[in-house]
Amino acid sequence: MRTVIAEDSVLLRAGLTRLLDDGGFDVVEAVSDADQLLRAVEEHRPDVALVDVRMPPTYTDEGIRAALVIRQQFPAVAVVVLSQYVEERYATDLLSVRTTGVGYLLKDRVAHVTEFLDALRRVAAGGTALDPEVVAQLIVRHRPDPLERLTPRESEVLRLMAEGRSNNGIVDALRVSHSAVEKYISSIFTKLELPAAESDHRRVLAVLKFLRT
Amino acid sequence: MAAELRGVYLDHVTSASVVNLRTAPAALWAARSWRATAHALVGLPLGVVSFSLTGGLPIGAAYCAGWSLLYAAPDAWPMTAMFLLLTVVSPLPALWSVRGLTALQRRRFRMLLGVDIPPLPRPGDQSPPLPGDAPPPRPGNPLPPRPSDLLPPRSRDLLPPRVGDALPTRPGDVLPGRAVRAARAAGTWRQIAYHVLALFIGVAGGALTAAFWTVGIGLGLVVPMRLLGLWADEGWLPATAPAGVLAVAALLAAPWVARGVARTDTAVARALLGPSRNEQLTLRVESLARSRADVVAATDAERRRIERDLHDGAQQRLVSLAMNLGMARAGLADAPAPAREAIAAAHDEAVQALAELREFVRGLHPAVLDDRGLDAALSGIVARAPLPVRLTVAVPERCPPVIEAIAYFVVSEALTNIAKHASATRAEVTVGRTADRLRIVITDNGRGGATIGGRGGGVGGGSEGGGGTGLRGLAQRAASVDGTFALHSPVGGPTTITVELPCAR
Repeated sequence: MRTVIAEDSVLLRAGLTRLLDDGGFDVVEAVSDADQLLRAVEEHRPDVALVDVRMPPTYTDEGIRAALVIRQQFPAVAVVVLSQYVEERYATDLLSVRTTGVGYLLKDRVAHVTEFLDALRRVAAGGTALDPEVVAQLIVRHRPDPLERLTPRESEVLRLMAEGRSNNGIVDALRVSHSAVEKYISSIFTKLELPAAESDHRRVLAVLKFLRT
Repeated sequence: MAAELRGVYLDHVTSASVVNLRTAPAALWAARSWRATAHALVGLPLGVVSFSLTGGLPIGAAYCAGWSLLYAAPDAWPMTAMFLLLTVVSPLPALWSVRGLTALQRRRFRMLLGVDIPPLPRPGDQSPPLPGDAPPPRPGNPLPPRPSDLLPPRSRDLLPPRVGDALPTRPGDVLPGRAVRAARAAGTWRQIAYHVLALFIGVAGGALTAAFWTVGIGLGLVVPMRLLGLWADEGWLPATAPAGVLAVAALLAAPWVARGVARTDTAVARALLGPSRNEQLTLRVESLARSRADVVAATDAERRRIERDLHDGAQQRLVSLAMNLGMARAGLADAPAPAREAIAAAHDEAVQALAELREFVRGLHPAVLDDRGLDAALSGIVARAPLPVRLTVAVPERCPPVIEAIAYFVVSEALTNIAKHASATRAEVTVGRTADRLRIVITDNGRGGATIGGRGGGVGGGSEGGGGTGLRGLAQRAASVDGTFALHSPVGGPTTITVELPCAR
């Protein structure tokens, strides 16, 4: 899987390159700022771009803005944005173009190697990977009231769905039966007045759409 | 500025010591005595000129006009009209000449006595921009502009208007306009009062000083000449013995008379030509407000700097460390159990440290605050709060960065306090803007009874300690920018904190 990395810290750039190499990814280029990232994406057309948010020259939101450009100009390139902090507003921006092929994760998550690489593959395949912290912020910001009607277990399931997990992923994470998860999900869809959806992925999209409007 | 003012006020004339008979003759050739004498003598003609220009001309014209109206023959109306016109017009050059005369008098005090009469506050000097006030520029960035780039330039001035702004000298200023502004300016009338008084002080002081010196030196010359038979006595001078005593007494007293006149004149000039107590206090308040704003801005800049340093340094290293440990943990599945356990523990520690550092650093100053404003930055705090919080932010136009930073801090601290002390199950944060105030209201449904100081605990906190430092910190941060802080927390709840911050554009 062909990957471009944009990260201004030399240490982390080298670390991420090694991590992805070991995980079977093909890192075609690792750059240190947004301009180089856009050039590299244009040149290599990778499957996925891994982008740090704070990069030169102003160290604020260069990565987010570059990710938005990539999502608009190169729809085939999936983008995973990494950051020391996650912000609901940046997530809303990222999801505003499309809700597929996008990830927004805390940098901490790279410490959990297997899960991180799974998330990267999921996004490259057109899925989504939102950090639990982002999901919590999105839920707080966009739907404070109906959510109070959800049981704690249902909230947990909603959070996992918003992170981009499939039903199987939720079964693994909560260690409950498949049918229990299905029951929670249909209950959530009823309470939030969402249209019923068949596949895992469509359910995830419905939740994301719900959270960002 | 304060030190400057104090320095000017050290009065070397009034520090003159009490007359001591043994040291008295030394005063005769002390430079200070002669300078005081020169000051008094110059003061006489200058007083006459000052009075004529400021008081004399208008008073004279008014007197003539009055006399004309009462006593002049009816067919002398052109003269009466002229006097009336003069009465109206003559104060104008007075107003116009006040500043020149004041400058002249100031120069007299400085050159002859070495006394600086502190100047009245004048507009003109600009303070440097506050540090950390504007976000750094983004040179040559090809990426699309962010929404915040489209905001109007932010205001940097939290300060009251400067004293003396009432009298700006504009180019192309016409004389009457300038005179009117001069007449309305604070201090002009006190200056005129001095210039009128200068006549009396100048004449009385100059004459008195001159008289003592004349008697002292004159008789001092006459007495020895008379003794030597060189003086053809015409009989109007006192006898030799009393004349000698008088000469010595006048000579010894003359320096002190001159110094006394100088001291009186200086006191009057300070009171009337220098800034009034009110103006001094205004200047002081202005300087304090400015330095306080600098301190607030510097603190804010410092928090940003620490945040940036930690983000670029410790946080990146910790991520790298946690990542390497994670790779080791995943890759060394067949290592001996103790090694695996050690690596797993180190990995967990690193992840935990990373989470704690992240919490701390984001609390310092979130980058998203500069970037997308208060609304965006508050989502993060509210989402991480351990209780459900309803957040409503309606701030159409952004406030200065320092104010946004304080507002962020207020919400962050208040929610921390609620979580710690209030036993609340939910909270509400409302941020709105009314005219030039940013209003933050934080409510919880906890048990109430919170106080700002003493043992009050946090918002809604009981008496189990905590020292109330959280709330006091909030009140102090709000006060540092002339904001207000109000706490309403009856026992049993609910608790409401209302903070208002200035948010001038």
